[in-house]
Amino acid sequence: MRTIKLIWNYLRIGIANQLQYRVNFFTQLLTSFISLGTGLIGLALVFNYTTSLGGWTQPELLTIMGVYTLMGGVIQAVIQPNMERLLQDVEEGTLDFALTKPVDGQVIVSIRELSFWQLEDVIVGLVVIGISLGQMHTQLGLLPALAFVGALLMGGVMIYCFWMAVTTSAFWLIRIDEVFNLFQGLYAAGRWPVSIYPTWLRVGLTFLVPVAFAVTIPAEALTARLTPWTLAGEAALTVVFLVLTRVIWRVGIRHYSGASA
Amino acid sequence: MRRLFDYYLTNMRISIQEQFQYRASNYFFMIGMIAEPVIYLVVWTTLAENQGGVIGGYTAGSIAAYYIVWTLVRNMNLGQSPFGWERRIQHGRLGMELMRPLHPVHGDISFFAGWKMVMILMWLPLAAALVLIFKPTLNPTWLQIVVFAIAIWGAYLIRALSLALLGMISFWTTRVSAIYNLFFALELILSGRLVPMTFMPLWVQKAAYFFPFQSSFYFPINALVGQPTPIELFSGLLFQLFWIAGGVLLLNVVWHFGIRRFSSVGN
Repeated sequence: MRTIKLIWNYLRIGIANQLQYRVNFFTQLLTSFISLGTGLIGLALVFNYTTSLGGWTQPELLTIMGVYTLMGGVIQAVIQPNMERLLQDVEEGTLDFALTKPVDGQVIVSIRELSFWQLEDVIVGLVVIGISLGQMHTQLGLLPALAFVGALLMGGVMIYCFWMAVTTSAFWLIRIDEVFNLFQGLYAAGRWPVSIYPTWLRVGLTFLVPVAFAVTIPAEALTARLTPWTLAGEAALTVVFLVLTRVIWRVGIRHYSGASA
Repeated sequence: MRRLFDYYLTNMRISIQEQFQYRASNYFFMIGMIAEPVIYLVVWTTLAENQGGVIGGYTAGSIAAYYIVWTLVRNMNLGQSPFGWERRIQHGRLGMELMRPLHPVHGDISFFAGWKMVMILMWLPLAAALVLIFKPTLNPTWLQIVVFAIAIWGAYLIRALSLALLGMISFWTTRVSAIYNLFFALELILSGRLVPMTFMPLWVQKAAYFFPFQSSFYFPINALVGQPTPIELFSGLLFQLFWIAGGVLLLNVVWHFGIRRFSSVGN
């Protein structure tokens, strides 16, 4: 209960903070459209040569792009800024300030930052999903919609876990600021259904970097591909990811030594 | 000139030593970077196989070669990012660099040139893995190899100059990230970074000649991977020379006016 209240408070402060910079609304919107535009150009290029890729038609791949944009917005708004701050704190030794607070360390380092305007990508992604569903003439039923939301939430949690675990390695490696590039590169694989990748890569994008769970599976829910078994598997794996991340964090934090912060 | 040469050599040595310390960080960076072409590679080889083996003059094997050489060329054309310039101008750190009797661009170009040595060394095992996995077909002639070896440095200079020019926009305005993103989007499409230029519609291929982008991506890659005629190879190098000269000229003009707008306090 206290944790929820804490999250709520940080959220409020974060939003209030960013609402001061209103022009950023437009620059972020422009940025969203540019990246969506390049994505669409890539899609158009591919469909110059074919009518379906890995069994997905053009509007279905548009659904994937929508989910990709949406999840990208969540990552950029909520996950990445916190991980950046955590890295910086480890490198400079200022993590003490977070650790000495009377709440759980992992919780506090995960909720401190919010890039509010990045959430525009969530809206852009939803619009793209809507357009793609319109193109397919799909009436989305309640059950698929719920499965979509559930898969999306679990995918988000798994992405957080992966990122948290990688960031925790900073306790040993100290300077890993390029980890953002690593993640963005791997996440870009989510633009396409993971089924097109060779097996070794598909396994990696499912169990190592959970891009499959974050993008492909929610999109499967919207395109009548998802089986209950997949969803159940995702739920089980989410728990495994959460526990593992917790263990890694607990071990990592013992390696932290701040000096005179 | 000799002093400048000495400076470049020394600064490169410093950056090599510095970057060797951050191997984990550099590997993270490189794996993230390599993920991008691997995605393109998978998509386009899948398509090529569906199409009966050839797209835009490329077979599945030469598509693999294209994107593997891509990773080396991408390493080569990494330079000081415009965000670095933005920070340097916003935080006033440029003030310190102005005290030196040398243009800060020299510092950037030599530092990143040194870093490349570390990156290429670390790139070799990854490239070997990519070759084993994707089995590229690559049979360049000696001329192609020589031109490639020159062209990757030309590519670096062109990209370093255009990134510096982009960064100097910060002299006039601090809201630059949207401009950068537009630049990178244009570059992605018009450079051959996304796909070999022959995959693009004809009008895009024509439009690309009006931008420097393909001189730092498509030209060097195709010089090694494709079947360019000797004339195409030499005219490509001439194009690079043209863009370098244009970049240097423009950089001097922009610097001349921009630096008057710069002020920093207390450092």
